[in-house]
Amino acid sequence: MTTLKTVVSIVPLLAILVSVAAAFGIFFLRNTPNGREACSITAALVKFGLVMSLYPLIRDGYVVECPLVAFPAGLMPNLGFALRVDALGFLFAAVASFLWILTTMYSIGYMRALNEHSQARYYVCFALALTGALGVAFSANLLTLFLFYELITVSTYLLVVHDETEESYSAGTKYLTYLMGTGKLFFLPAIIFTFGLTGTLDFKSAGIFSGVDPFWVGLTLVLFVAGVAKSGLMPFHNWLPSAMVAPTPVSALLHAVAVVKAGVFTVVRIVVHVYGVDFLSHLGIGVVMAFVASVTVVGASVVALRQDNLKLRLAYSTISQLAYVVLGVMLLTPDGVRGSILQIVAHAFGKITLFFCAGAIYVGIHKKYISEMAGIGKTMPWTMGAFTVGAFSMIGVPPLAGFAVKWRLLLGSMEAQQIPIALVLLGSTLLNAAYFLPVIKKAYFEESDDAAHQHEAPLIMRVALVTTAIGTCLVGIYSDFIVGLLKGIA
Amino acid sequence: MFPLLSVITFVPLAGALVLLFVGSKNENLIRMITLATGLVDFAFSLALYYGFDDSTHAMQFVERAPWIKSFGAEYYMGVDGISLFMVMLTTVTCVVCYLATWTAVERNVKEFNISMLVLQTAMVGVFCALDFVLFYVFWELMLIPMYLLIGVWGGKNRIYATVKFFVYTMAGSVLMLFAILVLYFQYHSATGVYTFDVLKYHAFAFDKNLQFWMFLCFFVAFAIKVPVFPFHTWLPDAHVEAPTTGSVILAGILLKMGTYGFLRFSLPIFPHASLAAAWWVSWVAIIGIIYGALVALAQEDIKKLVAYSSVSHLGFVVLGTFAFTLRGVSGGIMQMINHGVSTGALFLIVGILYERRHTRLIAEYGGVWKVMPKFAFIFMLIALSSIGVPLTNGFIGEVMILVGVYEANAVYASLAVVGVLLGAAYMLWTFKRVMLGEITNEKNKDLPDLSARELAYMAPFVILVFLIGVYPNPVLKKMEPSVRNLVGQVAKARSGGTAVAAGVRAPDGLRRE
Repeated sequence: MTTLKTVVSIVPLLAILVSVAAAFGIFFLRNTPNGREACSITAALVKFGLVMSLYPLIRDGYVVECPLVAFPAGLMPNLGFALRVDALGFLFAAVASFLWILTTMYSIGYMRALNEHSQARYYVCFALALTGALGVAFSANLLTLFLFYELITVSTYLLVVHDETEESYSAGTKYLTYLMGTGKLFFLPAIIFTFGLTGTLDFKSAGIFSGVDPFWVGLTLVLFVAGVAKSGLMPFHNWLPSAMVAPTPVSALLHAVAVVKAGVFTVVRIVVHVYGVDFLSHLGIGVVMAFVASVTVVGASVVALRQDNLKLRLAYSTISQLAYVVLGVMLLTPDGVRGSILQIVAHAFGKITLFFCAGAIYVGIHKKYISEMAGIGKTMPWTMGAFTVGAFSMIGVPPLAGFAVKWRLLLGSMEAQQIPIALVLLGSTLLNAAYFLPVIKKAYFEESDDAAHQHEAPLIMRVALVTTAIGTCLVGIYSDFIVGLLKGIA
Repeated sequence: MFPLLSVITFVPLAGALVLLFVGSKNENLIRMITLATGLVDFAFSLALYYGFDDSTHAMQFVERAPWIKSFGAEYYMGVDGISLFMVMLTTVTCVVCYLATWTAVERNVKEFNISMLVLQTAMVGVFCALDFVLFYVFWELMLIPMYLLIGVWGGKNRIYATVKFFVYTMAGSVLMLFAILVLYFQYHSATGVYTFDVLKYHAFAFDKNLQFWMFLCFFVAFAIKVPVFPFHTWLPDAHVEAPTTGSVILAGILLKMGTYGFLRFSLPIFPHASLAAAWWVSWVAIIGIIYGALVALAQEDIKKLVAYSSVSHLGFVVLGTFAFTLRGVSGGIMQMINHGVSTGALFLIVGILYERRHTRLIAEYGGVWKVMPKFAFIFMLIALSSIGVPLTNGFIGEVMILVGVYEANAVYASLAVVGVLLGAAYMLWTFKRVMLGEITNEKNKDLPDLSARELAYMAPFVILVFLIGVYPNPVLKKMEPSVRNLVGQVAKARSGGTAVAAGVRAPDGLRRE
């Protein structure tokens, strides 16, 4: 493991705060659609720019630190709010802020085409959710991470209930119950226990748990994994399909990237920098957790098979794919961890493409159900082309992003000498194919009965979804480059 | 030396005297004078805050003069890092209250304002007094204006609520008075000195057996005030019947006097008894946390709901206090401040709704967001602060208490977490039922949004929510030496006289269970 040099900078804080400023801007421009959209786009571009300005430092193996508030040492030693950017956080932040640009473009097309209500509130909450996502990526300790984690929960609640229908309110209630419930009941106690046991909450590359009784290590690990319900691990996954009542751009960015990725990112962060890979692998707890994740990988895929609503099928696919991240990191081998982190990036690009397509289909031909999508490959060529790329990536067709992930996870399972895990990975690939290929078959090999009235989605939406599809290819092809950044972590 | 504490204590009383000479027809003038008095008092308390030295636990701004020489009572005032914030909380809350009553109280405006000002003097006095007689005078003085506030300006069932409030509090006060006298004579028989000096009692080791009974007397008095389950039944009645400002004062400050009493009297004077009682006090606190939250869940009256949430929140304070760890106790004090801010603001929010619709039933509302967006935004922030979402003051207090309690006992901390969860449940559910969805009740269609005055009096609380939530250091630093000293006093008793370095963490052997 290479030693990391540190450098202090205020850029991480600025990158986080850009979207808070944007939220205020959107609020003041709430009555001018062009103004608030310009504000969103500008903030997204600036945010991405700020994140990328950290790239040279990350590439050269630096860790960027930005201490904010340190509580009085006498009362709360080693405790406070602080930011810290390493390659892991940088990757997540770069992906989230880049996709925010595209999602904002896509949102403009989507929200205008459907003439949605309360658009200002929508953009404000979106900006705040991104603040939370970047905050999670850049947190230097568990306390700061929890702070931003909860910010995501609160700000996205209003996006889930955006429709203000009975259905959306009951989904919203479920959303808060699961996310805030597990957060308060498991995550917060796990943090308290950790502080009590180790006297610190800082993320360290060797972990902070050395010398702690294995019983407490296991207990806190279980609490952490259960508490981070955003990762969608069964049995705490049910909020995600319900949240699909939100407008599609929300499902796309938040429920494929920012929210759920904040969840799995937190799990990875905790395993790697709170416990330490080496420390956990001595205890043999990882394998148990990997099997728990396997249940979700397979279970959610099976459920996805039976969904006719395209967004629900994608949601269950997300649950299954997120479990790859948990599974990978719990293998506690270099390739397992690398595959797991790569999956955060790969799945983000792939799944956002698929959700963009689902939304484009809804805007273009007002169809939600797969059984109604016969022949749309001809009427919506751009959309379905991108959809195919996204679906192939999920299945793991080379050279797309999903393949690069599955390859590394398989290597990881071999390193860990876990043949059952390898079988789970192979089996789930079959299931992925089984629930995605019928959609593609329906679109390209069946005839539409209403082709005359079907047309493509607005140009701005197509630009977004084609860009993410290209991104999916690039992540697959240049996966070594991404993994290369992670030296010093895995 | 400038007698700052006396000034802060008696400025409101002076304001009340001025009001005596104003004709009761000049209602706006009366309100202006009251507000001005409150602002002046707040300005003095700022001087107190900035003049406070955070490097010592000793009493500061001490004023001392013989008072009733024949039995050793003195005029003895002083603040430390614990009472400082209670004084600040009082002066801030009172200014907010004076602004908030502008239109809410329409009859007997003069009498109302005089009562409020007298009440403020009594409350500041309680937090500054270091002589038992003086303390008791202020403590009882507080009851009279509070009695009037609820009994004259209250709701339909006000007489019942007032009497209940009075009987409960008096019962506790009498027990406390008895205990004070016992301590007084005990101290004399041991040292030959007649004194009511609280700090002398702190330093004196009372007999362990006696400590137990005296602790019990004080405990009942303070437990009623907090209120600790099962002494809480007067609270919902008093809150529901009290006018908005009465509720704000009651929740924001009066309830804190119970927990302040534990910190100032019970723990340092009876360290042995406190240690011995810790296990059952903790359990009672946990029951209160969970019971209060569950009952709050079942309420249909929004004001009762907030009242029961106080029972739950103050359970946390008691639990933190009786953990006897540095972080538990300071978290408890932090949460006293937070509860004053958040629950005070919640009662104002209920008052704003009530002034518009004259009903407190949750079912009567729904979809209010649509017509009152500014109000909705502030309500949401306060609700989030009340459930301790990060970035708000509630989170800091909650984490500190949980850490502090965990250091003493992991089981207690785990149970307390259930209360945290339930707190989120009833608050968010209430917010949803009142604010979100479609407007189902015709009467809510044209509710006016917040006026400038209403925004002005909500502002201090909203600012405090974030100020403490993001940067609690000034508060923590100022309280630290006093809390360290207090925890040290208890730790000393625990280790049988040998001083333990003011316990950052209780040694393992001392963990209960």
